Amino acid sequence: MTVRIITGNEAAAWGARLARVQVVAAYPITPQSPVVETLSAWVESGEMPAELIAVESEHSAMSVCIGAATAGARAFTATSSNGLAYMTEQIWWAAGARLPLVMCVANRSLAAPWNVLNDQQDSMSVRDAGWVQLYCRDNQEVLDTVVQGYRIAERLNVPVMVCYDGFLLSHTAMPVEVPDAAAVDAFLPPRPQPLQIVDPADPRNIGPVVMADPRRDADGVLRGAYLELRAAHHEALLEALEAVPEVGEAWARATGRPGCGLVAEHRLDDAEIALVAAGSLVTQSTLVADLLREEGLPVGVLGIRCCRPFPAAAVRERLRGVRAALVLDKALSYGYAGPIATDLRAALYGTPDAPAVYGAVCGLGGRDVTPEALAEAARAALADARAGAVERPLAWIGRMAREEAR
Amino acid sequence: MTRITDLPVEEQVLPGNRACAGCGLGIGLRAILKALEGRAVMTVPASCLTVLGGMYPVTSVQMPWVNCAFPSTAAVAAGISAGLRATGRSEELTVLAMAGDGGTADIGIQALSGAAERNDDLIYLCYDNEAYMNTGTQRSGSTPAGARTTTTWRGKRENPKDVPRIMEAHRVPYVAVTSAAFPTDVYDKVAKARQMRGLRYLHMHTPCPSGWGFDPALSVRLGKMAVECGLAILYEVERGAFRLTGRSAALAKAGRPLEPVDACLDAQSRFKGLDAEARAAIQAWVDERWVEALERHERGR
Repeated sequence: MTVRIITGNEAAAWGARLARVQVVAAYPITPQSPVVETLSAWVESGEMPAELIAVESEHSAMSVCIGAATAGARAFTATSSNGLAYMTEQIWWAAGARLPLVMCVANRSLAAPWNVLNDQQDSMSVRDAGWVQLYCRDNQEVLDTVVQGYRIAERLNVPVMVCYDGFLLSHTAMPVEVPDAAAVDAFLPPRPQPLQIVDPADPRNIGPVVMADPRRDADGVLRGAYLELRAAHHEALLEALEAVPEVGEAWARATGRPGCGLVAEHRLDDAEIALVAAGSLVTQSTLVADLLREEGLPVGVLGIRCCRPFPAAAVRERLRGVRAALVLDKALSYGYAGPIATDLRAALYGTPDAPAVYGAVCGLGGRDVTPEALAEAARAALADARAGAVERPLAWIGRMAREEAR
Repeated sequence: MTRITDLPVEEQVLPGNRACAGCGLGIGLRAILKALEGRAVMTVPASCLTVLGGMYPVTSVQMPWVNCAFPSTAAVAAGISAGLRATGRSEELTVLAMAGDGGTADIGIQALSGAAERNDDLIYLCYDNEAYMNTGTQRSGSTPAGARTTTTWRGKRENPKDVPRIMEAHRVPYVAVTSAAFPTDVYDKVAKARQMRGLRYLHMHTPCPSGWGFDPALSVRLGKMAVECGLAILYEVERGAFRLTGRSAALAKAGRPLEPVDACLDAQSRFKGLDAEARAAIQAWVDERWVEALERHERGR
């Protein structure tokens, strides 16, 4: 094990290198570009024995990964923002084809208007596509989650998206424990055989037209149709609710570092209000909760590491006894609510003595989320919770009151 | 040139598949897969070929086949090629990307251009039936001027995009134009491409009875008529060296003027009602391309 002072992007590249990724598709977009730049340098210098294809678009980046994974290789790419939006067709394809890819998303806002800075609208917009989605608190989690991602993906035959905040993590250097290759090799064996093998001796038509109703195969067996395949995919994703913590524990055994599970919690036991967030906001909220505790306010934090599948049982259990959850979404389903707030409300619905769920949106387009603003939002939420407010309109943290002429 | 009686007997395309009666693609595909002797993996986007391949859980083609999204064909093929290299199987299997003209000239051209620029190790074959036939005969960038489609009710105004020339501009090792009406020409070009490395581009003119409007019994005749009048020209460009091949080479050698386009156009209902001006424009376009091909054949470049 070596401690390196590296950025989130470098941590992602180290994860791919330690996972012995065999095919990398590289296409630049801010703030992800340093991931593929780093991997390109390692492949060129021979430090990383992989095929690197410098594609002409993000759509082709995911297409190359789809082809390579279908051929049995361990494939990797990374993207952000409009790049993710551009490859959306292939995001769905990779999941539907049940390919065990890992892709990093350095989270960035979506245009228009142009803005290269952080929020989580990009990956949140594809949360229904059938990938496991994991959000990282810090750079250590980025490295750990990329390697763990392959073990999860290859166990369940579903792709894994490793999301980390653009600039806040992607371009911020911090100490990261880089495990030895031998430890990672023991944790992550070479990729097992694909679900469907490309083999002329047993030729298969992989991903063909599938009709609405079951049909018989050449041996007369009635095979499920599109609906059955989709149901199986859903069930495989739900299995990640067990696989993610198990793989986290196996990683802890292999590297001696605490494992990460579906959620992270901080001082929730006697909390009246819980700050709920994903990504680097979890780290930030933890510090804010500690500050508020010094004021005597009972504040805790629930970090959502695994957004898909949504850990409904885990959040219900962790939020038991809390008056209200203040969800800090860095994305919005325009015309409704933040995605995590929506999921949390659904997960808590019908639970006896469920906490109120207050939605807040913050940090869009890189707007600084200050500790003061978070603390203020938490104080207000606590006051509302103590007053018994069940519902509140969406709160905008850090939004300026109105535009004024000089 | 291989004779039809010399083609391998073994068929990878099973009879009773879902292609339309008289489908030119069905004829060409048999020759393509014979030339690959079963040692290949195909990747296919949404197209007539997807339909021919059949619906889960049965398939009509006895070769590994990877379906892919419409714009992604060349990139998925590049990924398969890299994946086979990474897993030590690239010597054993040729990667064949096979898309229609819409999937190639229009929505797939970005990925194809990228793969060509990188000279990725794969064969890309465009079967050109000159419109989006699978979705009901909408015009594509490869539809000839004058042709009526379901999005050009009065006949298309523009000449088709010359994709083989676009591929030549990428200076890939091999570019060839063939026709499904000449299965041995298809076979020979695929067999030659298979022995090469890098991106090899083949363009197969493919008669389509339902989209062009002719009796399904006449597919081969229509394909041959198109070559006789120069609407389709058979040639290859091997590492920059140009030569006419097959019937087009024989027509060049004979030195006579080509047949006028009229008989070929009149045999297809999609050209019904062409006025004299449009007809003359098509003839002028064909003449220009034929003269250019003869000059290049002479020059060898």
